[in-house]
Amino acid sequence: MSVFPSPRPAAGGPIIDFEPAASCLEVEGLSLAYGETLALRDLSLRVPRQRVTAFIGPSGCGKSTLLRALNRLHDLNDEVRLSGRILLEGQDIHAPEVEVAELRRRVGMVFQAPNPFPMSIYDNVAFGLRLQGGIRKRQMDDIVEWALQSAALWDEVKERLGSSAWTLSGGQQQRLVIARTLAVRPEVLLLDEPASALDPISTLKIEELIRNLKSQLTLVLVTHNMQQAARVSDYTAFLQEGELVEYGPTDSLFTNPRLVRTENYITGRMG
Amino acid sequence: MMRAGWARLPRGEGPWPWLAAGSVALSLLMFSGLVLLLAVRGLGHFWPAPLSLVALEDGRLLAGQAVREERRADGAGRERLYLTANRDLDGAIWTWVDLEEIAAESRPRDLVVLERTRWGSFQGRLLALEEERGRVEGEAAWQALEARLDELQALRRERLRDQVVVPLVRRLERETSEALVAELGAANARIRELQARMGGTRLLLESVDGRQLEQPLEQVLRAWRPNAMSTPQKLAAWGQGVWRFLSEGPRAANTAGGVWPAIFGTVLMVLLMSVVVTPFGVLAGIYLNEVAHQGRFTRLVRIAVRNLAGVPSIVYGVFGLGVFVYGIGGTLDEWFFADRLPSPTFGTGGLLWASLTLALLTLPVVIVATEEGLARVPDHQREGALALGATRVEMLTRVVLPMTTPAMLTGVILAIARAAGEVAPLMLVGVAKLAPQVPVDGEFPFLHLEQKFMHLGYHIYDVAFHGGDVEAALPLVYATALLLVLVILVLNLTAIFLRHHLRARHGVLPRR
Repeated sequence: MSVFPSPRPAAGGPIIDFEPAASCLEVEGLSLAYGETLALRDLSLRVPRQRVTAFIGPSGCGKSTLLRALNRLHDLNDEVRLSGRILLEGQDIHAPEVEVAELRRRVGMVFQAPNPFPMSIYDNVAFGLRLQGGIRKRQMDDIVEWALQSAALWDEVKERLGSSAWTLSGGQQQRLVIARTLAVRPEVLLLDEPASALDPISTLKIEELIRNLKSQLTLVLVTHNMQQAARVSDYTAFLQEGELVEYGPTDSLFTNPRLVRTENYITGRMG
Repeated sequence: MMRAGWARLPRGEGPWPWLAAGSVALSLLMFSGLVLLLAVRGLGHFWPAPLSLVALEDGRLLAGQAVREERRADGAGRERLYLTANRDLDGAIWTWVDLEEIAAESRPRDLVVLERTRWGSFQGRLLALEEERGRVEGEAAWQALEARLDELQALRRERLRDQVVVPLVRRLERETSEALVAELGAANARIRELQARMGGTRLLLESVDGRQLEQPLEQVLRAWRPNAMSTPQKLAAWGQGVWRFLSEGPRAANTAGGVWPAIFGTVLMVLLMSVVVTPFGVLAGIYLNEVAHQGRFTRLVRIAVRNLAGVPSIVYGVFGLGVFVYGIGGTLDEWFFADRLPSPTFGTGGLLWASLTLALLTLPVVIVATEEGLARVPDHQREGALALGATRVEMLTRVVLPMTTPAMLTGVILAIARAAGEVAPLMLVGVAKLAPQVPVDGEFPFLHLEQKFMHLGYHIYDVAFHGGDVEAALPLVYATALLLVLVILVLNLTAIFLRHHLRARHGVLPRR
């Protein structure tokens, strides 16, 4: 095995090992700054449809920033400036005709800390549906049950749908949040270190859930746990200091990294 | 009990916990002392105190309620203050008596106290009751008096003058109609008839030192014989006294009677203030925390709002007088009430302007509380709502505001507590020494926002400083002060109950 299969020139671009046949999200030349601080530098990648793509990298490398750019959560922050394009199914998400609320319904997101609303379990799952309106009670019941089953939570909560969501354990809360997001039928699910606040057993359940969900939608996972990325993702992108360093199928990236920087990070020599 | 061999772990904190606990204990002590003082001095006023017949060494006699004792100014011996009433006979109602001069003191059961509409109380003996039907004397006179007073009470309850004549006159000021004039004439005729029926009855009274006095019955409000009353009777009389204090209007330039219009005015003004300040303050808080760009200007506004809370309240009063009363009120008068000028309608202090002034005064409190409540909602709750496709308005109304409601109510509670106790600005913008008509009645528009109103806080000030007789005013001051504290307490408890109810409904935010 060669240590330097293709030495990267100092000012060269990232190593991109694959070009997905069907991409769901396309990031083109994205740069993003918080005030004067550049967080993402001229970053381009494609996210394949109905696969799990993991973003890994040391803290502060910009992986969460990139994830939050995909459903325009940065809009809330006055400090953020952005250049480049992000395409969802070929359409620029920053185009003026795109409604940001509708975009976020299509690109759902699950956060690091479980954030169920202070309402009943049922109301949490129904929250997004009620925003859309026009759904009958019976239909709503069906969707809630389907979403909770998809999130592997139905059996645990079906007897107490009316009790407060804050009575659930951390792992259950996180699965409830996933069910809440699934209920509005997103095309893409963004997961921002979804298991980092959970115990090992809850983590395994979430990972299993992620693997099962990829038959329905496209998943993007940010994690600082490399074993997790190796276990659940199909493709992995390694980011460092706001740049995409290496992007390829998870198997080859972890077993045969093309760059020393990637190998050092994966084997724990830095980051 | 702990088992032998077990010991509390040493906490090693030194004297600090004791110091902290001591300051809490001291505040509690001061607060309960305050309430206790108000309660004892204020509520004791309504107890039918025993009436002593005092015989002095020089042969004089007097009947009085012992109020207190003091060391004499020259330091030799002590003297006692008696409430001897009978202003029409003596010219004064207080008598200081040197303890050494008292030869004998007794409590005869036949001494009566009359509460009268003129000259204050009478203390002495009832000799006879004269009416057209005849004359009764002695014990029979007392029984006849009690019966007549009950009748009189029933007639007073009709309160023709307050409830029929005054509203009629007020309506006549606005419109002239034959029917109203006829109604007014009938009411006045009924009043004259009742006066004639009661006017014939006279009491023959005698003070304990033998001076006699004729007293028309219609001027007598109540009569009792304190030395002949049993404890349950006194308790009932005390309860009635408290009730009259709460439910009746003031008499004799606020030095007697009740404080109902002041209670009503205080509560109504505070409620109006809350209705104005809550939406205004909450919206301002939402704008500052959720909508505005968090730049230097927003920070400046925030600092300014917090500083407004420290501006002395009289300054708000001046502002209210200049802007609300003379500015807006004067303009309203020119536009809508020009026919009544130069007598002002809204161009003078009134309920509306007082409420608005206090709303302005308490606005910073509500804004700050709302902002703090909003800041305590974690960002991940906001992001969670947005990530489900909620617009910013939906995020606010469905997730953030329900979680903030308890904090907003806390702000309103603080605002109420501050507003109910304010007096200084009210003097400029609408409080009145005497406004026995409450500003709500059965007549369109039911709530008379332009009227002046009475206020418990101002009532205390007025009774204490503007009455001639401090000695007589003091118990009323205590009672009114106690009432003011209770009113604020009730208003606050209502808001706290509401907040608790909402918290239970929307879940509690973890404290951070």
